[in-house]
Amino acid sequence: MDVKEIIAKGDLVYEKTKVLTDKEMHYCPGCTHGTVHKAIAEVIEEMGIQEKTIGISPVGCSVFAYEYLHIDWQQAAHGRAPALATATKRLMPEKYVFTYQGDGDIASIGCAEAIHACNRGENILMIFINNGIYGMTGGQMAPTTLDGMKTATSPTGRTVEQNGYTLDLTKMIAPLPGVCYVARHSADTAAATRKLKRALKKGFENSMKNKGTSFVEVISTCNSGWKMSPVAANEWMRENMFPVFPLGTIKDE
Amino acid sequence: MSDVKLLKGNEVIAEAAIRCGCDGYFGYPITPQSEVMETLMERAPWNTTGMVVLQAESEVAAINMVYGGACCGKKVMTSSSSPGVSLKQEGISYLCGAELPCLIVNVQRGGPGLGTIQPSQADYFQTVKGGGHGDYKLIVLAPNSVQEMNDFVDLGFELSFKYRVPAMILSDGMIGQMMEKVTLSPKKPRRTEEEIIKEDGDWATTGKTADREQNVITSLALKAEEQEATNLRLQAKYKEIQENEVRYETYKADDAEYLLVAFGSCSRICSKTVDTAREDGIKLGMIRPITLFPFPTKQIKEFAKQVKGFMTVEMNAGQMVEDVRLAVNGEKPVEFYGRFGGIIPSPEEIRVALEKQLFNK
Amino acid sequence: MNEEIIIAGFGGQGVLSLGKIIAYSGIMEGKEVSWMPSYGPEMRGGTCNVTVIISDNKISSPVVQRVDTAVVLNQQALDKFEEEVKEGGTLIYDPNGITRHPERKDINIYKVDAARLAVELGNPKIYNMIIMGAILKARPILNDENVELGLKKSLPERHHKLIPLNMEAVKSGSKGVEQVHSI
Repeated sequence: MDVKEIIAKGDLVYEKTKVLTDKEMHYCPGCTHGTVHKAIAEVIEEMGIQEKTIGISPVGCSVFAYEYLHIDWQQAAHGRAPALATATKRLMPEKYVFTYQGDGDIASIGCAEAIHACNRGENILMIFINNGIYGMTGGQMAPTTLDGMKTATSPTGRTVEQNGYTLDLTKMIAPLPGVCYVARHSADTAAATRKLKRALKKGFENSMKNKGTSFVEVISTCNSGWKMSPVAANEWMRENMFPVFPLGTIKDE
Repeated sequence: MSDVKLLKGNEVIAEAAIRCGCDGYFGYPITPQSEVMETLMERAPWNTTGMVVLQAESEVAAINMVYGGACCGKKVMTSSSSPGVSLKQEGISYLCGAELPCLIVNVQRGGPGLGTIQPSQADYFQTVKGGGHGDYKLIVLAPNSVQEMNDFVDLGFELSFKYRVPAMILSDGMIGQMMEKVTLSPKKPRRTEEEIIKEDGDWATTGKTADREQNVITSLALKAEEQEATNLRLQAKYKEIQENEVRYETYKADDAEYLLVAFGSCSRICSKTVDTAREDGIKLGMIRPITLFPFPTKQIKEFAKQVKGFMTVEMNAGQMVEDVRLAVNGEKPVEFYGRFGGIIPSPEEIRVALEKQLFNK
Repeated sequence: MNEEIIIAGFGGQGVLSLGKIIAYSGIMEGKEVSWMPSYGPEMRGGTCNVTVIISDNKISSPVVQRVDTAVVLNQQALDKFEEEVKEGGTLIYDPNGITRHPERKDINIYKVDAARLAVELGNPKIYNMIIMGAILKARPILNDENVELGLKKSLPERHHKLIPLNMEAVKSGSKGVEQVHSI
């Protein structure tokens, strides 16, 4: 029996957005990517822009974002998504163009592309998933890894002497005059995700108003990489990451 | 006469791009090709044809902008010189993996490393044998005149879109910097999105409309079988290109007893060597590969029956000579003469090399 | 006709643009032309040269080892290119700043005090057109009408008002050039 036959029309209170495909996600249980994907998909549906949105996926766990969001996608080389987005938006100004990048992608190997796209004020939305670790390659240290945090490449804990300081890319981006909107959110509770959705919507809207770049960071968990349960990972994030990467709207012009 | 202009090879690349309806150029300054972007910025085509011209933050960003633009089905290009083209290799590999059309211009200078800003042909291996990772080929056009800098922009785009394989114009500092008479191509308008779909199919990332499935441009295939299928498809395409797109030119080769093989600027120098040898009654000719991939292997092999020997002349330490030797396959001697580091060989020294290495052996 | 000319001097003397005007004038004569510069990191002050070939036929090599005419505008250029003039060819030089003068006996040598003439005309920027005049006198391969057309083609329109001054400079160069050795 089909789902639609079980649920009478009048009883339907929630439906999965059609912008999400039915493909089973490959993300680990407890991973933040799934929640953020859904938030983006819902915003796209609510704004009615599925036909006009082009996503650029990174290298990292979310390389396969194109399998889950039912829009046109370009899959970029590691760190280069802002360059692809730059050309795409300039060649098709009537389209909504966003990048989806992890911390290794945007804050390490693609730092130059990210900063220069923001500095040029490209009319795009950049979504930055920061979980302080390289997930796909097996839990190595990222530029956003916290001091003292253990990873596969900082097995005794990250130290300033060895690795320098935890990089706050969002804080670096915010003063750039090309950037009109900078916000940092999480997706660990329903309320937080609703706030995130509002930020994403604002970013998409900005990109059509030629106001410059919108930059939304999502403080996320990688419970597998952190070697924690999903619940413990969320608690650890709130306790350790939120103080270093405080949530809120940093810039809104 | 009015359409005849005196322009630098680099300037002509820019003029030809605007005229052929190019949608976007993304570049980064490097000698000896900076006049390409300088000319574009001066001509400001965004005011006329709507072409996007952008100075990127690096060659890496520029080639990835090309990747993004190509994903949209647009006619996009970049240009650089050797060290910059090395930086672009990552992007070129991705463009090949994702089967995207685009045009890349390399105005070569001497290397390795920062090398020299003087002309060189030392990027033959990088261009023809695959400078990035993975099994791939580019369609490689080697102009030997300013006129061909004009002609090959349009041809490069045409071939690249036909096969969805990136095309490269492999030029050098001599052709880029010299001025010659040139007749610029007639102006073609940029294609509309409808025209792109009609001509190329609906594969580009222009937004998933209700009437089609989502379009995803990627070079990723985690399953080995899927990747092998991609590789086989690419190889089949390269075979087709090898069969259909070989371009070459011969000079006084019909009755030649000895044959020079040279591409790009070296072929200009060699044609003078041929002329002076002919004046002295020596039956010297030349074959000039215009496409370096596909290489005129068959045509060179044919000449092995006719001539006593070959000599390739290159501004490198001997790169194309390997492909000539593969073509000749030991039937006749294949000698090599080269200058490098930015030195352009003179017609006279090529003659001396011919005497020593070929005629008197 | 196949005339291979090298012009060499300091960057800023108008070497490259003189080459361009000669090449454009050649086009006006209906000839084949090529213009091949030396290019270096210097914008001004360094040495630079340009090889211009004007020919009835398609030009094979734009780079040549020996030239029909060398126009040398400083000592380094003279030292380097005097030897590269073909036997029976022509060398034109500006004696300003020259301590070692040309010594070849198998070529025609001309001298033009162009720096001084430019001062007399009150505009150092037309230096290269004085040289042009000297070239035309020594090697009458182009007629004045086509030089004026060539000048028009190579100058941006906003500078067209300077054409009469430039042509005056050409005349001054033709008048001021002096043959110091003939074969």
